[in-house]
Amino acid sequence: MTRAQLLADDPLWLILIKAVALLLLGALATMAMIILERKIVARMQHRPGPNRVGPNGWFQSIADAIKLPFKEQIIPDTADRKVYFLAPIISTIPAFLAFSVIPFGPEVSIFGERTVLQLVDLPVGVLVVLACSSLGVYGIVLAGWASGSPYPLLGGLRSAAQVISYEIAMGLSIVAVILYTGSLSTGDIVDAQASGWYFYLLIPSFLIYCVSMVGETNRAPFDLPEAESELVGGFHTEYSSMKFALFFLAEYVNMVIVSAFCTTLFLGGYMAPWPVSLIGDNYFNTGWWPLLWFFTKTWFFLFVFIWLRGTLPRMRYDQFMRLGWKILVPANLVWIVLVVALRAFRNEAEISATTILVAGGIVLVVLIGLSFLLPDRAAPDEDSDRVPVTGGGYPIPPLDLVVPDKDAAAPRRVRRKRQTASVGAGAEKETEQ
Amino acid sequence: MLVAQSSDVSSDLGIYLPLVVMFALAAAFAVFSALLGPLVGPSRYNRAKFQAYECGIEPSPQPVVGGGRVPVAYYLTAMLFILFDIEMVFLYPFAVSADVLGLFGLVEIFLFIATVGFAYAYVWRRGGLDWN
Repeated sequence: MTRAQLLADDPLWLILIKAVALLLLGALATMAMIILERKIVARMQHRPGPNRVGPNGWFQSIADAIKLPFKEQIIPDTADRKVYFLAPIISTIPAFLAFSVIPFGPEVSIFGERTVLQLVDLPVGVLVVLACSSLGVYGIVLAGWASGSPYPLLGGLRSAAQVISYEIAMGLSIVAVILYTGSLSTGDIVDAQASGWYFYLLIPSFLIYCVSMVGETNRAPFDLPEAESELVGGFHTEYSSMKFALFFLAEYVNMVIVSAFCTTLFLGGYMAPWPVSLIGDNYFNTGWWPLLWFFTKTWFFLFVFIWLRGTLPRMRYDQFMRLGWKILVPANLVWIVLVVALRAFRNEAEISATTILVAGGIVLVVLIGLSFLLPDRAAPDEDSDRVPVTGGGYPIPPLDLVVPDKDAAAPRRVRRKRQTASVGAGAEKETEQ
Repeated sequence: MLVAQSSDVSSDLGIYLPLVVMFALAAAFAVFSALLGPLVGPSRYNRAKFQAYECGIEPSPQPVVGGGRVPVAYYLTAMLFILFDIEMVFLYPFAVSADVLGLFGLVEIFLFIATVGFAYAYVWRRGGLDWN
């Protein structure tokens, strides 16, 4: 039986079990991600990080999760209350919904029922993930708009513009994968990678996806909507208590989703890595083992998210938009044209597609790398004659400053006769004299 | 059993049932969480709490209905997004059936990408992609 048929035969209780498992997975992964992020970033920054709750502070996330519902919920008077209430829900639901098409493993037996470790394998699985990540934007925009406050409004807009910009790059980078698979079903995409994972067959797609998934989830170095120094907290500034927690949850679940999706598209999904897959007639690709490979790969990407946050400074907004629209999108289009042409070429003449693709991929990576080095058009600087800039690039103070005359400039101070402080009995003695 | 039957009757829509179940569960969880906050948490009145947060200064006046004004650059980005999203949507079906379409599909998709590329170059040239 095929994957889709097995899943179609799932009884309702099994669907419910899987759905609840996915909900729990989202919540638990969020808590684990938060504590890991705080611990790892702390280590990168040479500070202890959370170390109070539980052994070495590892229970901090649980404490935070319990704390949040018991916080006061504050809704500003200027808020549009209905939309304000709906916004966190709108951003949470799609985040969880995208989980349902991710294949976590092959055929297993749950309580005697043969099934696949995946909630549903739709013929349009890839579109479901993209649609969910687009729908999440509504929650962000509406949250910013409904708060009735300037900072959330700006944060929400920025966030939306950012997500939709990188959505394009993300969607286009998937096209090459679909070309190779000939299917939009996530299960088929994993199966098609049995002969070779796409991350080296389609290097440019993989790299563009990796960049755009960081932009898509609003994470450092692209965390402009939450730029604390500019926008306080971004779109959720006016949110507190559980509604804030929902936004937080949605953000982290989205990170898990894009990582899991990346694993599915480019890293062979739940398949065992190369040396392990040779052991014992593909033994490690059966049963429950694939869960291990899947989560190892996914957590690798999640670690990269943390790593980026600990390493890179935040980008400026115009640089960020330029990267999305002027580098990732055209590079993507050129790459797609290349792949399409090469595929047609290969169908006509028998040439190993792998060699062509790897060579072409390397060339394109070099080109993308070079495009970063292109100098920006220098904006005409009107202030250039006011502050002279030395060779080092740092502005120096003007050198024609005349040091003002000390006596003339200083206000004449009245010289008071110094008097000894009169304290206690000694003071009386002095006054008598 | 319910699923098996429904997939027999309407094989197209039956497979979407797990998605509906997931949606219902996620919605139930989200609504429950959102309602839980005000029930469990404390509520101590303070006039300052209900003002828009602007780092402690007096909140700037807001329009009576909805939030403030939206910079026009965001509309431009949204329209560009629609342009390219449609391109993406057209590329997906092509990608699925590229091998079937063969050379005809190849030429067609090149023409299509060239058309969108022309619009893209125009927007780039006019500074639509610059962010100020």
